[in-house]
Amino acid sequence: MSRARGDEEEYWHSSKFRAFTFDDEDDELSQLKESKRAVNSLRDIVDDDDDDLERVSWSGEPVGSISWSIKETSSSSTSSLEGRDSSLQKGSSSYAAFPKQVSSYSLSSLFKGRNKLPSFQSLSDALSDTGVKNYAPELRRPKAEYKDYSSDWSPKDTVRRMQRGKICSLERFRSLQDKLVLLDEAVAGHDGNVITAVLIFLKRTLRREILFRELEVRQVALCHLIHFLKETGEQKLLLDLLRFLDRTEEVALSQYREHLNIQDVEKRREFLKGCIGLPFSAEDTSHIQDHYTLLERQIIIEANDRHLESAGQSEIFRKYPRKASILNMPLVTTLFYSCFYHYTEAEGTFSSPTNLKKTFKIPDKQYVLTALAARAKLRAWDDVDALFTTKNWLGYTKKKAPIGFHRVVEILQRNNAPVQVLQEYVRLVEDVETRLNLATKYKCHDVVIETYRDLKDRIQLTAYKCKVERGSADEEKINSILNNMQIRWKN
Amino acid sequence: MAFAGRRDAPEAPDFGILKRLARDQLIYLLEQLPGKKDLFIEADLMSPLDRIANVSILKQHEVDKLYKVESRPAPSSSDQFCFLVRPRIRTMRYIADIVNADKMSGRSRKYKIIFSPQKFYACEMVLEEEGVFGDVTCDEWSFYLLPLDEDIISMELPEFFRDYFLEGDHRWINSIARALQLLNSLYGPFGKVYGIGRCAKMSYELWRDLEEESEGDSQGRKPEIGNIFLMDRDTDYVTALCSQVVYEGLVDDTFRIKCGSVDFGPDVTSSDKSIKVLLNAQDKVFSQIRNEHFSSVFGFLSQKSRNLQAQYDRRRGMDIKQMKNFVSQELKGLKQEHRLLSLHIGACESIMKKKTKQDFQEMIKAEHSLLEGFDIRESTSFIEEHIDRQVSPTESLRLMCLLSLTENGLVPKDYRSLKTQYLQSYGPEHLLTFHNLKRMGLLTEQSAGETLTAVESKVSKLVTDRAAGKITDAFNSLARKSNFRAISKKLGLIPRVDGEYDLKMPRDMAYVFSGAYVPLSCKIIEQVRPPIGVPPPCVSPCAPASFQGVRWGPSPRAGAPAGPEPELLPRPPGAGAPGLAGPGGGGAAAQRQRVLSLRVQVHLPDHGHHQQRPHDGGHHRGQGVRPGRGPQTPRQ
Repeated sequence: MSRARGDEEEYWHSSKFRAFTFDDEDDELSQLKESKRAVNSLRDIVDDDDDDLERVSWSGEPVGSISWSIKETSSSSTSSLEGRDSSLQKGSSSYAAFPKQVSSYSLSSLFKGRNKLPSFQSLSDALSDTGVKNYAPELRRPKAEYKDYSSDWSPKDTVRRMQRGKICSLERFRSLQDKLVLLDEAVAGHDGNVITAVLIFLKRTLRREILFRELEVRQVALCHLIHFLKETGEQKLLLDLLRFLDRTEEVALSQYREHLNIQDVEKRREFLKGCIGLPFSAEDTSHIQDHYTLLERQIIIEANDRHLESAGQSEIFRKYPRKASILNMPLVTTLFYSCFYHYTEAEGTFSSPTNLKKTFKIPDKQYVLTALAARAKLRAWDDVDALFTTKNWLGYTKKKAPIGFHRVVEILQRNNAPVQVLQEYVRLVEDVETRLNLATKYKCHDVVIETYRDLKDRIQLTAYKCKVERGSADEEKINSILNNMQIRWKN
Repeated sequence: MAFAGRRDAPEAPDFGILKRLARDQLIYLLEQLPGKKDLFIEADLMSPLDRIANVSILKQHEVDKLYKVESRPAPSSSDQFCFLVRPRIRTMRYIADIVNADKMSGRSRKYKIIFSPQKFYACEMVLEEEGVFGDVTCDEWSFYLLPLDEDIISMELPEFFRDYFLEGDHRWINSIARALQLLNSLYGPFGKVYGIGRCAKMSYELWRDLEEESEGDSQGRKPEIGNIFLMDRDTDYVTALCSQVVYEGLVDDTFRIKCGSVDFGPDVTSSDKSIKVLLNAQDKVFSQIRNEHFSSVFGFLSQKSRNLQAQYDRRRGMDIKQMKNFVSQELKGLKQEHRLLSLHIGACESIMKKKTKQDFQEMIKAEHSLLEGFDIRESTSFIEEHIDRQVSPTESLRLMCLLSLTENGLVPKDYRSLKTQYLQSYGPEHLLTFHNLKRMGLLTEQSAGETLTAVESKVSKLVTDRAAGKITDAFNSLARKSNFRAISKKLGLIPRVDGEYDLKMPRDMAYVFSGAYVPLSCKIIEQVRPPIGVPPPCVSPCAPASFQGVRWGPSPRAGAPAGPEPELLPRPPGAGAPGLAGPGGGGAAAQRQRVLSLRVQVHLPDHGHHQQRPHDGGHHRGQGVRPGRGPQTPRQ
């Protein structure tokens, strides 16, 4: 389904979706600001007391809410315990070590704890019920349920009873035939909980080869077993099952997943090394290889830089201390890091950006974006300049970028680049409308003025005069252009 | 609120009952362990619990201290521990460790586990294996449904999506069936049940099975819920993957609405503290702007603040008596409104700031091109740049999934290059994420000759079972090349508008996506229940013919084939009365579209959680899969 090119343009110019925009809608934002002012001006009338406000603790939870009081317990539990103990045993510090409960137990209650025979319990004991086991929940269940153990429920009834949360013994399903009928009934009943319960029973009572074989033709049940094994962490059995099913890719992924549980980087690296040989698809194998290489690099860089930083000789580390370690970070973050701290290093070192770019075949686009962000953060405008300057064979220089220059402007602006720097790149934005927007937004007067001149738009240029400072060079420039008789204005 | 804008609308059912039931049952369970006890609560149960109970209720029932279930050992000195948990294996191990540690040190305590909403056999198995079965007592807290608002009820099952769609585990189907049973017993009997998808079908069957057994006495009662629609998320991933531009959706994108409430940070409150705010129909400001396109919100808020100012100004020139009246009667309301207004204005500012910083504009444009099938190359390179710049990892995945769904998979070359760059930008372990997304059919690679992805064949198979009517046709056409294109053409999901799409007075539901796409799930409901303004089909013994293909039949008690179906939905006052103005005046369209307004969400996964563990395939968030996306889908 594609429309003709012309249609498309018309479509986007038909402004259907421009009815509302998030940027540059000055009036909407100002409307909002105005309402805010209005409401705020009322504050002094209203704000005297907070009676309508929910009482909120410092963490933002309403006081009295459950989440709030849990935070309270966890933050103060130790201190409150101590507080209580000390208040109990004021003055006699030698007792402080005794837990509080000891004193609240009477001799008889201690005795009661040992007395397991219910017949010896007095009524009051049963009611006060401190140290004894509580049988109440069990007693609530109708006795009838316990009959299940002896009665012969059909597979279907068994499943139905289990669906309703009743206890059912599965022990009498002993023949393979019976077990499978039971499993099929469970699947037909749609309740995953029961399916898993039956599978737990089958897993316990069948040799694994037989279980696997039967599950191969029962996909729903198979999913349940796989999920169950994942949850309970029976990795070995899971891998056996996946191998039996010939799901080699899942075997590989499932093993690879384990690296997430390994905290020690050296061990993790070793583990990843082992993962390279796993039966991944060709594409994924190279990702795993990259993962291993990346971590290996990070370990080297980390050791080096930690040393450099603590030695305190490197200026960049003194000026911008590292906020976190580079270990286990994504590649792009690592690249940013190396563009930040190791930009000028020769390609031979592991930490140099060019080396990273080569090793991991980072696309130009991604490299430029990252390097730009890093150098702009350091306000190294010369480096930024060099990033986009290319020389052709005649020696002329030209600015080129694998990304749109509007993007470059955005990144520079976010790093508070001065207008002179910004201006240079705003000028390079190809689309006239975007260029004008950006130039106006960031006050690159030169660019705005020149663009209007090129557009031969006298009205806009005249209107722009009020946006520049009175008596400034910009105003002069506008005037001289407006007075230039050679320009054929379109309006 | 959903109903308030329509004078002919029936009363909304009282969903407060659900809360009261849950609370009473919890209290009952707590009392099964008499005496003082410490309560350990699973982190993701805390917010739901906050909605139905508070600390003082727990204290009344002798809960001494509250702890979060987490991996460090509990420093408590209490004699009784109660654990309020989800049925999770790792939580069982946590509890078993506590019990075993106590045993080792000769400490005797009583332990009780309360599972919400139900316990699993696998959990008991773990307790048995760890040797603590019998040391702990187990109970179930059947907390299936939590009303988040007057017209949204959520099951709050964060694992549902992953368990069912990724792992193929059916363990939550029983919970869904029980939730249906509960709804049916309180507000039923249901008129008809419609559904799309395998999970919907299984839930329906299990529910019928449960009903058969427990013949209730709902006979002759006036049903409060008319029809039920069960839909699998995978029939309509696209809706969940698009950026919404209505206020509530943007609030969710920016601040995350969790369990119906949101944390507004210091930048919104213009003070040094954050405030937790419930966002629902009770919030008089929010309820008027939640469904409005973001661009209409400013105007509304400024009008509102001007009114407020005028109200305050009336004080001047009042005599003592009038002043007294003013203070005692109006001031409180005005203060409340003032507080809400300044919060929502603050939120708007924050949203604006965030959205202008990102290139939201460009992103929306890319999304729209994908939906329409234009400029695919351009959108692909937008996504690429998004990845290269390490902008939000979930957003990048969301866009890739949208590209995959609309284009029926990525061209192999693009797939490889985007994947490589993604791994380089966000970490190599996302290899696992890609594998998971592929398995779910969310992010796939086109292969020569392939016509159906897993998801699509699942859908079409079910529906073609009893092929009939327009929708079925549409689903059938899924079998052809670009399935998304076919289905959106058939059902008119992408509005063709001449000139400008009027976002302030929209003509269709597509305004939630700036006029780019009508949510499929909502469209289907609209097909069955025509919107106000269109004469309804006469009450027919069976559902509108166009939808029979996916109908499994009426619930027996309500539908003797000839009997008139119970009619909950408001009848239009006249065929030509579209757009009854809502209280805000501007929300007519939104009001109109909210005829069918109760929504029950099965899952509202918790993003934060998923984002921390992307390799777990948790990245579907946004994805509408995105959990918290609940309130974001338009509330039809």
